Amino acid sequence: MTLPDGVERREFDDEERLATRGQPVYGEPVVDGWRLWDARRSKLAAMFEREVETGLSGGDTVLYLGAASGTTVSHVADFAGPTYAVEFAPRPVRDLLDVADSRARLFPLLADARRPETYAHVVESGVDAIVQDVATRGQATVAVRNRQFLADDGRLIAAIKARSEDVTANPDAVFEDALDELRSAYEVLETTRLDPLHEDHLGVVARPR
Amino acid sequence: MTENSGRRDAGWFVDVDSGDVDAASDSIVDGSADAPQDWPQLAVDAGFAQSPDEYYDRLHEATIHAARRQVQERERADDQQLKHAIQAMDDCEARANELAERVVEWAGTLFEDVETGIEGARAVADREPSSPPEERVVALAERVVDLDDEATNLRAFVEQSAPAVAPNLSALAGPVLAARLISLAGGLEDLAKLPSGTVQLLGAEDALFAHLRGQAPSPKHGVIYTHEYVHGTDREHRGSAARALAGKLTIAARIDHYSGERRPELDAELEDRIARIRSRGDQ
Repeated sequence: MTLPDGVERREFDDEERLATRGQPVYGEPVVDGWRLWDARRSKLAAMFEREVETGLSGGDTVLYLGAASGTTVSHVADFAGPTYAVEFAPRPVRDLLDVADSRARLFPLLADARRPETYAHVVESGVDAIVQDVATRGQATVAVRNRQFLADDGRLIAAIKARSEDVTANPDAVFEDALDELRSAYEVLETTRLDPLHEDHLGVVARPR
Repeated sequence: MTENSGRRDAGWFVDVDSGDVDAASDSIVDGSADAPQDWPQLAVDAGFAQSPDEYYDRLHEATIHAARRQVQERERADDQQLKHAIQAMDDCEARANELAERVVEWAGTLFEDVETGIEGARAVADREPSSPPEERVVALAERVVDLDDEATNLRAFVEQSAPAVAPNLSALAGPVLAARLISLAGGLEDLAKLPSGTVQLLGAEDALFAHLRGQAPSPKHGVIYTHEYVHGTDREHRGSAARALAGKLTIAARIDHYSGERRPELDAELEDRIARIRSRGDQ
């Protein structure tokens, strides 16, 4: 598997770790302009650590769903092209705005990822990748509804959180249900459990059907 | 709303002057479309921007402006709405109880077997009046039912909106107590800035001032007494439980105000702490 251009393994305290170049935002270690991208704090970084083939190559147009305060988005915007960052909760968006201030191609949108019609007049069609990390119920539904933004050869890169769907159910059963629903709009290419970096999370790469 | 809100196929930049950031931000917030299109190219074709690069510069400026404005509006509004809702809920409950007493007392002179409280008033409201005074007391009982129903609706609203305003505080305190603390402090920001000792005594101001005048022992808890971790802990350890709970609630309120992200580990930490305090007596 190849890392996208702009994502490299750099040495931090004698250890090879993922890093991107850009304005530091949350107190992360920086060596020679490269910001440490901690796989324990980011599900996308964890997928790179697990050598998942994401299809991201650098300079991609990205729709990021569930941007939260922008920890992962800041790294995505470092290596990707135009990046649309959707987040529903106002308070994390306050931090996301600081991240976007120093990144000219990062576009913050305070919107509900379950309602793409509220941002379809802003987010362009034919994006190269949807990165999804939403912690609400109905994560597969979100991915299906946002399929319309994706180019035919684009990729959905999603982290499915079992506990967001049902805290009591067996994660494997939750993941199966989510994958079944995803298959209505996507062909699933790869799945990887992200434990122990992210407990009860499943990394999924898929392309539109 | 913008004039083009009826059109569901237009990009955010349509009918927006390239230099007008406020109009651009309005269009981003209020607009919608049934499906995305190649907006950068369409914007260049429409003369909104000279190049995709210039389009993205404008989009960056407009989205940041829009998001900043939305965050400010939503944050300012939500905790104040919660504050009004919890106060209105208390008002409705208090008035409903007060009027229920009046209804029951009055109805007792007209009907047999009138039960006390809100339930008694509800039973009176269901009666068929057969004289002018009965008409009045049944109508008054109906007002009690309305007030009590509204209190229930307000409680449902508080339970639904508190987790959005303060996710961690609501998880630890329960939505109603979370709303009460926010209301007593004056808002979420005010609560986040209070020291934990003050949070512990919010709602116990009368007792605190009596204590300061030298007329009473120091209060150990205010409104947080309603939390099971305080009233469910035996008297000997209740002060410690109240202090521990207030400490965690203070941290939760600060996370809610300054970050807004949910931290489930707080729940477990509090649970451990209370379990340890309660087990001290067993050793």
